[in-house]
Amino acid sequence: MRAKRPLRRPVKRKPAEMPSAPWEGSVPAALRERFGEAIETTQLLGGQRLAIVDIGAAAGILAMLKNERGFDYLVDVTAVHWPEKEKQFEITWILYSFASNDRVRVKAAVGEGAKAPSATSLYNSANWLEREVYDMFGIEFEDHPDLRRILMPDEWEGFPLRKEYGLIQQDADWVRENLKIESAQ
Amino acid sequence: MEQLLANPYVQPLILTAVIILVFPLVAGYIVLAERKVLADLQVRLGPMRVGPYGVLQPLADALKLMLKEDIIPSRADKWIFWLAPVLSTFTALSAFAVLPLSDRFYVADVNIGILFILAMSSIGALGLILGGWSANSKYSLMGSLRAAAQMVSYEVPLGFATVTAIMCAGTLSMQGVIQSQFERGVWGAFDNFGLMLIPTALFIIAGTAETNRAPFDLPEAESELVAGFHTEYSGFRWALFFLAEYAAIVVISSLCVTLFFGGWLRPFPNVAFLELPLSTVFPVALFALIALGCLKGVPRQAIFGFKLVMLALTGAFLLLAAMFALPVTNEIVIGLFWFVLKLAVMVYLFIWYRGTFPRFRYDQLMDVGWKWLIPISMGGLILNGVVQLLARS
Amino acid sequence: MAATTLVPPPVQDDTFLDSNELVLNMGPQHPSTHGVLRVILKLDGETVLGADCVIGYLHRGVEKIAENRTYQQFAPYVDRMDYVAAVSNGLGYCLAVEKLLDVEIPPRAQAVRVILTELNRLASHLLWLGTHALDIGAITPVFLCFREREEVLSIFEKYCGARLTTHAFRIGGLQYETYDTFEKDCLAVCDLMQEKVKEYHDLLTGNRIWVRRTTGVGILNAADCKDYGVTGPVLRAAGVPWDLRKAQPYSGYEKYDFEIPTAKNGDTFDRYIVRMQEMEQSCRIIRQAVESIPEGPIKGKVGKVIKPPPGEAYVSIEAPKGELGYFVVSDGSLNPYRLRVRPPSFVNLGALDKMCRGTLVADVVAIIGTIDIVLGEVDR
Repeated sequence: MRAKRPLRRPVKRKPAEMPSAPWEGSVPAALRERFGEAIETTQLLGGQRLAIVDIGAAAGILAMLKNERGFDYLVDVTAVHWPEKEKQFEITWILYSFASNDRVRVKAAVGEGAKAPSATSLYNSANWLEREVYDMFGIEFEDHPDLRRILMPDEWEGFPLRKEYGLIQQDADWVRENLKIESAQ
Repeated sequence: MEQLLANPYVQPLILTAVIILVFPLVAGYIVLAERKVLADLQVRLGPMRVGPYGVLQPLADALKLMLKEDIIPSRADKWIFWLAPVLSTFTALSAFAVLPLSDRFYVADVNIGILFILAMSSIGALGLILGGWSANSKYSLMGSLRAAAQMVSYEVPLGFATVTAIMCAGTLSMQGVIQSQFERGVWGAFDNFGLMLIPTALFIIAGTAETNRAPFDLPEAESELVAGFHTEYSGFRWALFFLAEYAAIVVISSLCVTLFFGGWLRPFPNVAFLELPLSTVFPVALFALIALGCLKGVPRQAIFGFKLVMLALTGAFLLLAAMFALPVTNEIVIGLFWFVLKLAVMVYLFIWYRGTFPRFRYDQLMDVGWKWLIPISMGGLILNGVVQLLARS
Repeated sequence: MAATTLVPPPVQDDTFLDSNELVLNMGPQHPSTHGVLRVILKLDGETVLGADCVIGYLHRGVEKIAENRTYQQFAPYVDRMDYVAAVSNGLGYCLAVEKLLDVEIPPRAQAVRVILTELNRLASHLLWLGTHALDIGAITPVFLCFREREEVLSIFEKYCGARLTTHAFRIGGLQYETYDTFEKDCLAVCDLMQEKVKEYHDLLTGNRIWVRRTTGVGILNAADCKDYGVTGPVLRAAGVPWDLRKAQPYSGYEKYDFEIPTAKNGDTFDRYIVRMQEMEQSCRIIRQAVESIPEGPIKGKVGKVIKPPPGEAYVSIEAPKGELGYFVVSDGSLNPYRLRVRPPSFVNLGALDKMCRGTLVADVVAIIGTIDIVLGEVDR
């Protein structure tokens, strides 16, 4: 005998958004005080500290977080491409402080063709990480000492992690010339 | 026939031909031994596929090397590229001419035999340098630069250690050195109340460096220079370099055995009652045991070819045992037996180093050579000289 | 023809007798660049003036693939990044997606995850030790290390059928229950390792050539480590007792009692010692986890379709090589909108130039080995 099962299980709907709370404390307060309007929101997204800022103030914010708040370790620099938005790219800096064991994400939007500030003068780790962002998204960083492609070949056309770049798209000319085959697919 | 054999040039010529023909095979088997010993140190089996337990591996390797495509890099200096391995092999094999393989087997007993060997090994370095330079590759060039510096640095302590031994023996002739050890009734290494152990140790260390073996294998340091001076060599030319390297190992080991370990003399050459156990019972038992091992090593389900090769080996070793059992033949080969046995121990030592030690760095190599080995070898020379003067006067 | 051309130019400064710089291209085919790393070395004699890494030969576009696969479909791909520590990659990915989903992982699954991840750390460190010793010219340890690594891999094989790219974890917990002798096997590996680590110490730590080759080579002090974002054993060898397992515990690491091995000088020898001690600490964690492994379900409440709410999360773990982070952005669909991997090997390799300057060519090889990179993770 098979156990009777209800035809339809009660559906537990997940919240449509991740749990989010405003991020209060001395760091966001100091940021707001210094940069005012440039700080769009400070929130705890799923418990993780996140500050969405204006790109113009990003360099100053990073410098302040490093020099005054002890965020001495730049964990990662990355970007997300949102083609529908007006400013297509969101750059995220992930910072960590060894002293207070805190992690902060700083996010700023950049438009196509606009330049982002480089963190290389603050953190040496930004060198390769920004090169990768440039390689994958084509976002240029101002004052970067050595902005070259890092993972893709130097002459490669296109930026693979942009949304319009398809999964099997490739630089056919490069492949033909360098790999001596018609297509790598 | 009698007349022909009596000609003083005949025996050396035959022996020369034999050495040149047989040594490549011997080198192949030293390589096999090296691979097997290393495998044993490294919890694996080593070559097992070509012939039973890999005993035919050297033949397969030799065949492969000879049939390989001969590549000369397009921008290489072709003549020097061609000359370098020849030079290396030629000088390394020339040194065999004065090796006292036994009291009756030697090509020539020159009165400056030791000097000849040292000279040949110095010229051999030229092969390495030219080979690395002519290939027009940066890795090769760095390898040959290292080779040059290393050879020059380590020849000094090697020379000092040799001079100490010569001083002790009072002659430059290889046979003469052995004769003098027989007369004094003690191996060179333990002479002068054991003080000769200092040059012995130094000779072994400097000899390892001189032959570019681990931990002094910087000219061909695999992990940084890919293959060092012979990076661009392949096929038969590479095989020649390899042959030269193993020939150099054999020559340096032979020199060490001759100078410090009594050459073809048996241990305790002056103790008469050891004559029977050491000169007859020991080799016979040794070869009989090896023959037994070959026989035992045949698995029941082995194929015919496997059994055949193992049986042949058993037969060969039994034949050797028989040779040592008969007094007539024993007398001819016993010197060779002791020489080869001592040589084998030295070669084993070289392989053992390779399996155990990390590689020196270039500056550390120079450091060890100039700051430690040379002063110690000079001190050893003076100390031995003084002690010898006091003891023998 | 003017004869004056044969006259050497007058000596103007000290650099007149300097040799020319030599540019040496190391890799991508080279015995000890650990894969397809290419380092362009600028040399003065044998002294390194600068090192430029050329990477990307193994770039497979993992982050792009992620955007075109569902969350479950992508899970096996992460194993192909740091293929030496595939289990750690899987753990980081699962934790990141679970963070987005906000699900509880049952304690039994957490304990098994810890055991397998620590076993993987052993395997990864063993491979590092073997190849590192090989780079410095000791050819024997690599075989001994592979012998012990085999024992670890056979546990993986018995647990999930795969040895290298295991895909051991699923989002929400585990796919498989442990097999019958799992606990016994794990403890046997711990016993074996404790005995064998002593053997490695005998073989290398006491060897004067080894000590001379590694002491004072490739020094990276704590400030430089932080500046270059270098984490993992390299950071700990510089004297910073920072380990994500302690700093921001995940997967129940707070329950286990272990130490963070550190050293002072931040040179190659210190990094060697730190990793050796880490192996012992891993054994300690495995022992505790095996002894206290709870009964219960192995999978949390996740549906068959994984569809996290829109949002983003950054989760990082202490992989054998350092901080391995996953930054996942969800737009509420079945595929990750953007998945970023923060690879420890990639960031640590960025400090190679700094570590190499002024050393000798042979040291470059030692330094590449001591950073412990896996090119699959550097290039992704």
